[in-house]
Amino acid sequence: MIEHGRFVRRTSLVLVGGIVVLLALAVIALGSGRYPITPNEIASIIWRRLAGDVRATTADAVVWQIRMPRVAVAALVGAALAAAGAAYQHLFRNPLVAPDTLGVSSGAALGAVLGIFFGAGFIVIELAAFAGGLAAVAVVMLIASRLKAHEPLVTLILTGVVVASLLAAAISLVKYLADPYNQLPAITFWLMGSFAAASTHEVWSLLPAVIISLAILVALAWRINLLALPDDEARALGVHTRLLRGVVIAAATLATAAGVAVAGIIGWIGLVVPHMARLLVGPEFSRLLPVAAIFGAAFLLAIDTLARTIAPIEVPPGILTAIVGTPVFIVLLAHARRVFS
Amino acid sequence: MLDVRDLAFGFGARRVGADVTFALAKGETLAVLGGNGAGKTTLFRTLLGLLPALNGEIRVDGHAVATLPPRARARRLAYVPQQHAPTFGFTAEEAVLMGRVSHLSTFARPGSTDRAAAADALTRLGIEALAARPVTELAQQAPVLILDEPTASLDFGNRARVLAEIDRLRHGGLTIVFSTHEPDQALAHADRALLLADGRPLALDAVGSALTAANVGRLYRVRVRTVDAGGKHRVFVTE
Repeated sequence: MIEHGRFVRRTSLVLVGGIVVLLALAVIALGSGRYPITPNEIASIIWRRLAGDVRATTADAVVWQIRMPRVAVAALVGAALAAAGAAYQHLFRNPLVAPDTLGVSSGAALGAVLGIFFGAGFIVIELAAFAGGLAAVAVVMLIASRLKAHEPLVTLILTGVVVASLLAAAISLVKYLADPYNQLPAITFWLMGSFAAASTHEVWSLLPAVIISLAILVALAWRINLLALPDDEARALGVHTRLLRGVVIAAATLATAAGVAVAGIIGWIGLVVPHMARLLVGPEFSRLLPVAAIFGAAFLLAIDTLARTIAPIEVPPGILTAIVGTPVFIVLLAHARRVFS
Repeated sequence: MLDVRDLAFGFGARRVGADVTFALAKGETLAVLGGNGAGKTTLFRTLLGLLPALNGEIRVDGHAVATLPPRARARRLAYVPQQHAPTFGFTAEEAVLMGRVSHLSTFARPGSTDRAAAADALTRLGIEALAARPVTELAQQAPVLILDEPTASLDFGNRARVLAEIDRLRHGGLTIVFSTHEPDQALAHADRALLLADGRPLALDAVGSALTAANVGRLYRVRVRTVDAGGKHRVFVTE
């Protein structure tokens, strides 16, 4: 059909544009900082390494050991959070949900903080974050479904806020018990959210979780559309809704947990970015998902580059995303019903 | 094609209706009538396997509905619920394509066959009818179609279009069950009628014998008479 063709062309255009912006941002991020490097130098440094010529110059070290892992981690976390947000919004038919408003980020953070508290390695911290995120979303869904409220849209968010504040109390308890000289600063800085400590090792520990969760969402992308229908309708059309919903929640929560385990709680990306993507390519999930992921990567990379260059000391990126996210959330709150009907 | 034997339906301990038995052959149409809250929608959800039957058995094409996996069930039974909540602003084509999900494997996306089926369903009923869209379910291409008050909120023209499509489908060999609040509609567009009072059949017969003035009057607790409207047409009038 004509309409279909037009949408496909538009989506490819938006995707290509997003990738170009992402690459440009990556070059800017690799070049800026206290040791500036020109795009030409970056190109030749990358080209030399790809050709197998490893050199020990300062520029090489800055690009490969410091900035490249940071760029990769910021982009991966941004993509993961945006994809998770898009999936949650679709699943709950609610434009206001996101990993942070659902309490998933807080649950994952509690899991990760406990992991840090017990001195666990990164994989265990990641798994603990996943378990915490799953538990949080399960509790939020259970409470919201029992409340049977007139305003399901807002009830889900309020339940998320309540559960998140309980989890924050639990995190405070862990901080209170933590050793004030080593663990406490580690936990506090990690919670603020930062990519300062990003290393190649972190890239490799983050990558599998992000790839697995995004692969599941991409593979099921078209079918996920049917979860936006009323449950009876989707089931009558032949979808095993409970199973599909469970798998999608698990995948989105894994993506969130991976992001939180590396970078702490970075809010708003999962809420704001899917809306930007939806404005451009519409709600159809197999088009929306890749666009949201690319936009999320570009958005968080831009935020992180700003965070480490606008001031003499680094600003936690969560502060910048909140400055962007809060006004957008208020606008969404005002238009929520209109946007989704 | 659709065999229902001694069916009781409801929600767990709360029994909504019972004693429903009928068998519909290929191309037969059953109209279900009953007052508000008589259990029509609950009956339909049970027929579709969305609610477990409390007693009795439902077979579609010889298979017990209760034990069919969702995809196999959806390839035999299609359901047009009463209210379609518009969601998310999908385009008409995207919404109709969702009707093809039972023909696709878990990780597949719709291909050209599916687009053709969707386009066919859309051209037949038109985008305006999408408001109450049996269009998605037409794309599903199941041999049994269950419609819950398909004309409830439609304007005069769209109502006629949907009813004409129901006629076309039953003459094309589909087995159809639909509910309606218009006895005239049942008389004109169905072969048999089930009059449901408090979940139990008050009458279940060929439309001509089930839809008498006396039965319709008892069903809705009003005084009713019929007026001949030429040919075999009859209209029900309240007094």
